[in-house]
Amino acid sequence: MLRFILNPYILKRLVSAVPVLLGISVIVFAIMALIPGDPATAILGSYATPENVAALNEDLGLDKPLVQQYFIWLGNMLQGDFGRSFALNRPVLDEVLERFNATLILAGTSFVLCSILGIIAGVVSAANQYGWADKAITFVVLLGISIPSFFLGMMMILTFAVNLRWFPASGMWPIYGSRDIWALIDHLAMPALALSVVATGVIARLSRSAMLEVLRQDFIRTARAKGVHERGVVWRHALRAAMVSIIPVLGVQAGFVLSGAVYIEVVFQWPGLGRMLVDAILRRDILLVQGGVVFVAACYVFFNIVVDVAQSYLDPRIKT
Amino acid sequence: MNILTLTRRALMAGGTALALSVSALSPAAAQTPPGVLIVGQVAEPQALDPAAVTAVNDFRILMNVYDGLVRYASGTLEVEPALATDWDISDDGTVYTFTLREGVTFHDGSPFDAEAVVFNFERMLNDDHPYHDTGPFPLAFFFSAVESVEAVDDMTVRFTLNAPYAPFLSNLAYPTGLIVSPQAVMDQGAEFGRNPSGTGPFRFVEWRSNEAVVIEANPDYWDGAPELEAVVFRPITDANTRVAEMLSGGIDMMVEVPPVALSEFQGDAFNIVEQAGPHVWFLILNMREGPFTDQLVRQAANYAINKTALVEEVLEGTAAVAAGPTPPAFAWAYNEELEPYPYDPDRARELLAEAGVENPSITFYVTEGGSGMLDPVAMGTAIQADLEAVGFDVTIETYEWNTFLGRVNPGLEGEADMAEMAWMTNDPDTLPYLALRTDAFPDAGGFNSGYYSNPEVDALLEEARTATSQDRRAELYREMQAIVQEDAPWVFVANWVQNAVTSDRVENFSLEPSFFLLLDDVVKN
Repeated sequence: MLRFILNPYILKRLVSAVPVLLGISVIVFAIMALIPGDPATAILGSYATPENVAALNEDLGLDKPLVQQYFIWLGNMLQGDFGRSFALNRPVLDEVLERFNATLILAGTSFVLCSILGIIAGVVSAANQYGWADKAITFVVLLGISIPSFFLGMMMILTFAVNLRWFPASGMWPIYGSRDIWALIDHLAMPALALSVVATGVIARLSRSAMLEVLRQDFIRTARAKGVHERGVVWRHALRAAMVSIIPVLGVQAGFVLSGAVYIEVVFQWPGLGRMLVDAILRRDILLVQGGVVFVAACYVFFNIVVDVAQSYLDPRIKT
Repeated sequence: MNILTLTRRALMAGGTALALSVSALSPAAAQTPPGVLIVGQVAEPQALDPAAVTAVNDFRILMNVYDGLVRYASGTLEVEPALATDWDISDDGTVYTFTLREGVTFHDGSPFDAEAVVFNFERMLNDDHPYHDTGPFPLAFFFSAVESVEAVDDMTVRFTLNAPYAPFLSNLAYPTGLIVSPQAVMDQGAEFGRNPSGTGPFRFVEWRSNEAVVIEANPDYWDGAPELEAVVFRPITDANTRVAEMLSGGIDMMVEVPPVALSEFQGDAFNIVEQAGPHVWFLILNMREGPFTDQLVRQAANYAINKTALVEEVLEGTAAVAAGPTPPAFAWAYNEELEPYPYDPDRARELLAEAGVENPSITFYVTEGGSGMLDPVAMGTAIQADLEAVGFDVTIETYEWNTFLGRVNPGLEGEADMAEMAWMTNDPDTLPYLALRTDAFPDAGGFNSGYYSNPEVDALLEEARTATSQDRRAELYREMQAIVQEDAPWVFVANWVQNAVTSDRVENFSLEPSFFLLLDDVVKN
């Protein structure tokens, strides 16, 4: 294990992550300090007299010079203490981890959904170019790309929760009853679908063009000439070749789904990280915003390192 | 009428059409269990420690878990006994002696007595108290007049004030005055806010973050056990989603129904409950510089704005026209003789001509939303149109709520001529004392952002605060309202009529003028 970490390439990547995270911590701290409105005003509301604000700021530790506040925060964070949220009155890290988990479930499901549906739609479309299936799919895909996901979400709630009562309108778990996988799926179905629609459309369109490209190539003609039946040509030979250009698109869409989750989390009251950050910013819950952003950034940096390291094992030329 | 409102209405109308077209297919409703009331809240609570919170949203839970020494009598804003059975006020109005109710225990089993009361106020007010660090206590200044609190004997508590302060009793009835279990604070420390214990009709069961707070009936409640078995408070921040949950049967009760959604709940399946509260929505006018230094121009603005149209069209009847600075919900202190400035654009033009100003140009601060602000953007736009119709030239600047407060609270000088504002208070003293006195200018730490100054009003408010007789106080407040209305330092616009919707399975529910949510008599079938 130690030898693995001491591998110069990995070590270099890990060291280079440090200034990135420090920079992010400075930026998010500065933004929260610079935007107008402070937590004491947000907490006191109507009663925010200068006197009351000053007294509360002192209690919250916000009366110290900014630089000192930053280093206190950074120092605590390096020891694993992200502080306590003013607005939720609980440790920032507990809240962030719980919320991150919910976002992963939502975005992960959506990502799987949009990958499978998008690729199938793209392949079927390409295999029947200009046929009725192609036209129908192209139409639906355009519609999907054009509808903002939050609006679609609201319409889904209206139709499937309010009128048909097939699914619950919001939340992640039932208020009563067991918290099993079926209860989760029941709550997850609508938000996951709403979140995946746009990405499905994008993936479908790009899969279609990738497939069309491949289907024109010689080896496809050869396969057909050998007598491989059409389904085999499309799904085995062509799709495998097209995946090379589809996979990078999936990577981009994964990021898109994760950021799009913010809107869906608000509409469906999904207890995820995006909704947490929106609420925290409106309440000027400084430590929660800072802790949340640094956590997300750290995850992002970490996953990037993992991907790079994995690639370096697959393709030794990258290790430079 | 602005685009935003129109679009929202169009959306709602479109939604309804869609709803009707598919409702024929709908199967039986998803049922919530009888005896368990599920309430749709507007946000996740901050904490369940009454001394630590400030939001009405949190008060809605707290009032069912705790009791104060006194409380507001049902349907009024006048205090009646609760944990204290009676009290005595010294002639000079500085010593309050309370006799406590016998035989009351906290939910954790510890006894309620004089020492518990002393612990509560010491924790909040005394920096050296061992549990003062379970704060901060942002509204502790409600009791800043308290110099000492002591236990005379087991069941008698004495508060000594540094000066006579008439709102003291009504502040005790406010959530900040609710009594927590000292034993629970000692056991839980900083976690008390998530593991509360009081003496109220319901006791705390669990708090699932971002999902629900559950409370259950306290069978030993001193005022009779509640009818419900349990109440579940669900935070649903998005108003449209809250409406959808109500329509789909996921919740039994929702508060703060958006005006545009009220029509969804007409019919037998739902009940709409309304109650005017101690709230006033007004425009602060800058009296230090610009056109509003002239009383005639300020009165012209009051005449020019069609308040009836605002409350009926923009707010869809969820507010009433305000006549003066004090809301009618303070029935005992309200001046019934005041008539709101009528909508009279011709009179407004005359006044402007009389003042000798032609097309005064004004900057108007509008907020995007905020506590008690109702529908501030739509209202601001309608007000702009009304003022322009009589010759004002109005420029709107819109700010997010916290930014807005940061600009308005330090005073309008050099910023704007006019700003939206709303207040919700528990005593007729609070708002005028903090926002209409000369000593309440922003640089003196008050909220008089428009720099209104009238020595007569100052004197009336000082006397009303120290008078011990409620009748005398009422007289002084009535006189103050008449003067302020005539001086017109504000445009008096609206008093919020709070609403709630319940399903037809819920009975015996009413809203209180205090805007608290009291559930001990509610039944759910």
